[in-house]
Amino acid sequence: MIVSTLKNVKLPNLYVRMLQRFASQANNPSPVDANKSLSEFRKVYVEFLPDPTVEFRNPIREKLERLDMLARRAHIDIPEFYVGSILAVTSSDPHSLGKTNRFVGICIKREGCGLRAKFILRNVIDHQGVEVLYEMYDPALQKIEVLRLEKRLDDELMYLRDALPEYSTFDINMEVEILPEGSPVPVNPLKVVLKPKPWLERWERQNLKGVEEFEVSPRDRERAEKVATPWLKYDLMKNYMKTIPEEEQSEIFNEIQAQLQQLELTRKKMKRKRSFVKPFKLG
Amino acid sequence: MINTRSFFPVINRLNRNIHTSNVQNEIQKQTRLRVVDNSEIGKRAMAEGRPPKCIHVYNKTGVGRLGDKVLVAIKGEKKKGVLVGLKQNQKTKVPKFDSNNLVLIDDGGTPLGTRIHVPIPTVLRTILKEKTYAKGTDYTKLLGIASKFV
Repeated sequence: MIVSTLKNVKLPNLYVRMLQRFASQANNPSPVDANKSLSEFRKVYVEFLPDPTVEFRNPIREKLERLDMLARRAHIDIPEFYVGSILAVTSSDPHSLGKTNRFVGICIKREGCGLRAKFILRNVIDHQGVEVLYEMYDPALQKIEVLRLEKRLDDELMYLRDALPEYSTFDINMEVEILPEGSPVPVNPLKVVLKPKPWLERWERQNLKGVEEFEVSPRDRERAEKVATPWLKYDLMKNYMKTIPEEEQSEIFNEIQAQLQQLELTRKKMKRKRSFVKPFKLG
Repeated sequence: MINTRSFFPVINRLNRNIHTSNVQNEIQKQTRLRVVDNSEIGKRAMAEGRPPKCIHVYNKTGVGRLGDKVLVAIKGEKKKGVLVGLKQNQKTKVPKFDSNNLVLIDDGGTPLGTRIHVPIPTVLRTILKEKTYAKGTDYTKLLGIASKFV
């Protein structure tokens, strides 16, 4: 620290920049607040954190991607959503000229980071299960709406593919459910009933919380117990390698915090504008 | 202990439909498909629990993709059909379905049914248009009987 400041004293340009940073820190809220916002950012803007795999790290590419993401976010409102939330995505449809395509469904998976962030929506339309994979920063997307903001008990809901269809059926004409401002994201404790075997995956091995008790043959149960690795969650090194360290996270979010907050402000303004709903005729 | 183990496979086999093979993620020869139009032969085949089996894929790879023409064995007959929804993972914005869907057509491309009762992907508009050429089979006819696009 001392060495770095001494170096800066020698270079007037850098020194000025340091002073500016100190000044801006003085204006900013207290560090406790900053920490709080960091934990919020981590949950809301997951895709801004890079892939922790060492081979894939490339600081320059990550930075450029972040800039591109912010540029895209200035054009389209990408709201906060989680696995288990119900979304409606409107995308331009190159296959029918001048028209758009709107798909409503429950988010069953979120993956990827940076510009490659993706999510899968699932719905049952006319008794037919349909899933669509969307890229979050796809320029063809025109609108992303969150119809119901909530979480489920699991981080991934791929088991909905093997669950009874009523658990993934959502009305296409569903209306937006508005949460009171400042309230935490509700967790839906719904437990899903699985169809009998054959399944797409061995769900008995995955320790699912959002699934009702299901019958498993003793042989499968034995095997599940044999291959289980309950000690892995205590492996500190593995956890460390799977996550981005906190210092690096705060560095990333400090860099883009101002722009993100600006975007949020404009979103709030837009929301207030939209609060008046024109009455429409029924039937 | 030994008794339960020897019993379980028997019970499992009894529970399963013996006539149907598992749904495959790739359409190739011997794959079971689901007829989604209201053609008489298709409806009866599905109601009897003997879905059509793919016996040929009309492309060079032998693996059926979205919009490909296939030859199926259905109720002891050979019929042609177009794949209108796959279980396979698709590109972004292209829907992936829970079953492998088929619409039966005749040699001219006219669908045997009058309505498709599940949603079909909008990409098919482009794919089928590209496959149709003058004096050939007109695949775009089946788009006319679709009830919903996703």
